[in-house]
Amino acid sequence: MARSSSSSSSTAKDAQALIQSLRSAYAATPTNLKLIDLYVVFAVLTALIQVVYMAIVGSFPFNSFLSGVLSCVGTAVIAVCLRIQVNKENKEFKDLAPERAFADFVLCNLVLHLVIMNFLG
Amino acid sequence: MGGKPGLSSAMAPVSLKTDYFNLSFRNFKLKTKQQELLIRVTALGLIYVLAFITRLFSVLRYESMIHEFDPYFNYRTTLYLTEKGFYEFWNWFDSESWYPLGRIIGGTLYPGLMVTAALIYWTLRFLSFAVHIREVCVLTAPFFASNTTLVTYLFGKEIWDSGAGLVAAALIAICPGYISRSVAGSYDNEGVAIFALLLTFYLFVKAVNTGSLAWSLGSAFAYFYMVSAWGGYIFIINLIPLYVLVLLVTGRYSMRLYIAYNCMYILGMLLAMQIRFVGFQHVQSGEHMAAMGVFFLMQVFYFLDWVKHLLGDAKKFQSFLKITVTCAVSVGALALGVGMASGYISPWTGRFYSLLDPTYAKDHIPIIASVSEHQPTAWSSFMFDFHILLFLFPAGLYFCFKRLSDATIFILLYGLTSMYFAGVMVRLILVATPAVCLISAIAVSATIKNLTSLIRTKSKIPHTGSAKGTSSAKASAKAYQDQSLPFQRNGAIALLVGAFYLLARYAIHCTWVTSEAYSSPSIVLAARGAYGGRVIFDDYREAYFWLRQNTPPDAKIMSWWDYGYQITAMGNRTVIVDNNTWNNTHIATVGRAMSSYEPEAYEIMQSLDVDYVLVVFGGVTGYSSDDINKFLWMVRIGGGVFPIIKEPDYLVNGEYRVDKGAAPKMLNCLMYKLSYYRFGELTTEYGKPLGWDRARGVEIGNKDVKLEYLEEAFTTSNWIVRIYKVKPPSNRW
Repeated sequence: MARSSSSSSSTAKDAQALIQSLRSAYAATPTNLKLIDLYVVFAVLTALIQVVYMAIVGSFPFNSFLSGVLSCVGTAVIAVCLRIQVNKENKEFKDLAPERAFADFVLCNLVLHLVIMNFLG
Repeated sequence: MGGKPGLSSAMAPVSLKTDYFNLSFRNFKLKTKQQELLIRVTALGLIYVLAFITRLFSVLRYESMIHEFDPYFNYRTTLYLTEKGFYEFWNWFDSESWYPLGRIIGGTLYPGLMVTAALIYWTLRFLSFAVHIREVCVLTAPFFASNTTLVTYLFGKEIWDSGAGLVAAALIAICPGYISRSVAGSYDNEGVAIFALLLTFYLFVKAVNTGSLAWSLGSAFAYFYMVSAWGGYIFIINLIPLYVLVLLVTGRYSMRLYIAYNCMYILGMLLAMQIRFVGFQHVQSGEHMAAMGVFFLMQVFYFLDWVKHLLGDAKKFQSFLKITVTCAVSVGALALGVGMASGYISPWTGRFYSLLDPTYAKDHIPIIASVSEHQPTAWSSFMFDFHILLFLFPAGLYFCFKRLSDATIFILLYGLTSMYFAGVMVRLILVATPAVCLISAIAVSATIKNLTSLIRTKSKIPHTGSAKGTSSAKASAKAYQDQSLPFQRNGAIALLVGAFYLLARYAIHCTWVTSEAYSSPSIVLAARGAYGGRVIFDDYREAYFWLRQNTPPDAKIMSWWDYGYQITAMGNRTVIVDNNTWNNTHIATVGRAMSSYEPEAYEIMQSLDVDYVLVVFGGVTGYSSDDINKFLWMVRIGGGVFPIIKEPDYLVNGEYRVDKGAAPKMLNCLMYKLSYYRFGELTTEYGKPLGWDRARGVEIGNKDVKLEYLEEAFTTSNWIVRIYKVKPPSNRW
């Protein structure tokens, strides 16, 4: 009993230290990346809210539910892709101009939301 | 052709000389580069044309017409689309098939092929070329085969080099495995689907190599086209996640992969949902769950990677990993379990099972097993369709393993999985063909490149020897190695000649197969007459035309499902069942009618409002794929739903026969009677008794066939199609 409680307290301590170090490491991120992160978090949260709403009310117009969730997930994923491409630390994308990355991002979003509009029903 | 780029690149090491020579050589090199480009473009253009014209044998031998069974449905719908417009087509309820059920055409077909053909037709019309829609439909498949060669070239260039791409394009242009489904007139989904399949793969690999969102978007669009064209898109949506998984496991995960896969998956899935026939399957059916699982896995992987990068401390990351992984796995398992239990995610369908387990269909779904192209592949047909590629394939695998990269891993996976599926089902040889061609092309190109560079370095040795100061240590080591192996140059030349001989044999084989085996439309039959001349049996079209002219417009025709599409397309009459086989019970009812005694069959036919019955009979001409030979499948499919029909009743000691020793039920069932009605009065072959069945080589057992409830309405000139009219019920008094 005593052992398990001590181990649980140690994991709690670990988690605390973890969050601390994560926060301090994240503070060093450039502002534009932070902005994208905020956008991603917002999109994911919106998707989660829709899923919870679906669980309570039901998924009757299934295409509407799907297009809502997928538009959020798609937005988030494409934004993450943009984040990867404009991040200076990623050596793989050194040759890629940020303007080009942003143009791709806009193009993908355009396609995504046109399809969503068609699918919304 | 693969040798050409190899030659020019092998010239490069010789450029170490005096300044003057260096300068002139540089000029020369520029020239060779231009020459190489010219040769490459010319070769590609020739291949493009070759791929088109080699598929025209059928038009030359017969005429410009639609082949086989399914293409007639595609043709009919294309005709409707061009006449009535897209919205009518999309909302079309077809009452001419599956009487009395009907079929919602717009929601139950892959519209890609029809829309493509209609677009080509409208474009040509807009440019004021007065073409008929039939010509467009006939030439759609060859046109797309030509486009496939271009995509193959690009794909080969992406995974190996331009030489391999060129060889791959040449190989696939004439590969029988692909030609079998894309000759002129075979207006079927596969014709455009292989193009779409290869385009999706090419763009995806390109996206993985470059990490660009635009390429990934392109591959999503190609995937959309593939989904709109053919049900084989299932292969893509399972192969790509498998590939991603393999890269993850082998530690080749990269940001490029993340971008390529996620963008392609989300956009591709959304686009695919716009096709009504596919609908919500991407989130509901078991076949598509692997892709979704890999999608979530990618997110977890990315997130972990990011946190690891942020922390920069292995120990902290370990504890973090423990927490997140247990959470993610348990949530995923819970979601899958709830989905399965609530019936939200449908289990795998029978077709999918039969792919994984070849014996599944035979035991559970006779309607799938009955189709000849769903049979397991025999070795001979591998040889027939691939010829030398079969031997080059393992060699290409060796080269791929030697130079592993993200792209070669993809082609390896594609080749190995599709080879397995090709072994399970004959028709899936088609899917394996591009992979086999690409991998073989790598083998050919790499071998020829090595051999030619061997020959060239040997001839240059005196030069390097005279300029000892400038030649590098590597080159001299190579020269030393060359001297240590005697006859190397001769051996290389011999091997080169051998390789070209093999490739020439391949070209000859392909042309022969195309002209002899794959160019017959199967709706018009040809045979050699007694004096060697060609005899044409045009009975099918004769019969369908008779139906169109001599039966009331609302007549319902009962036949086995194989002929349903043709009857509606050419005869313009309502059929009970057709090749769409979506309702097993309905087909089983027809099978039961065909295998029952006449009074019982009459009751069934009355309940289905049948006016005419059509049977195909090859006893006079020796045409072996007729209804008597298909009859056991009718019995099996009928017996699968109605246990009153039992297969052993139609067999004698497990043997299927139609002569005097046949089972009594066989001799008196409806199919037997309709096929052999009045056949006993006929001499088919000199020196044989009356009623000699040439397709089976026996004298029939029941020569005195009497029909009570039906009467003969029409028999074609070679007796291949026989049509009977169902009599109205007799007066009660």
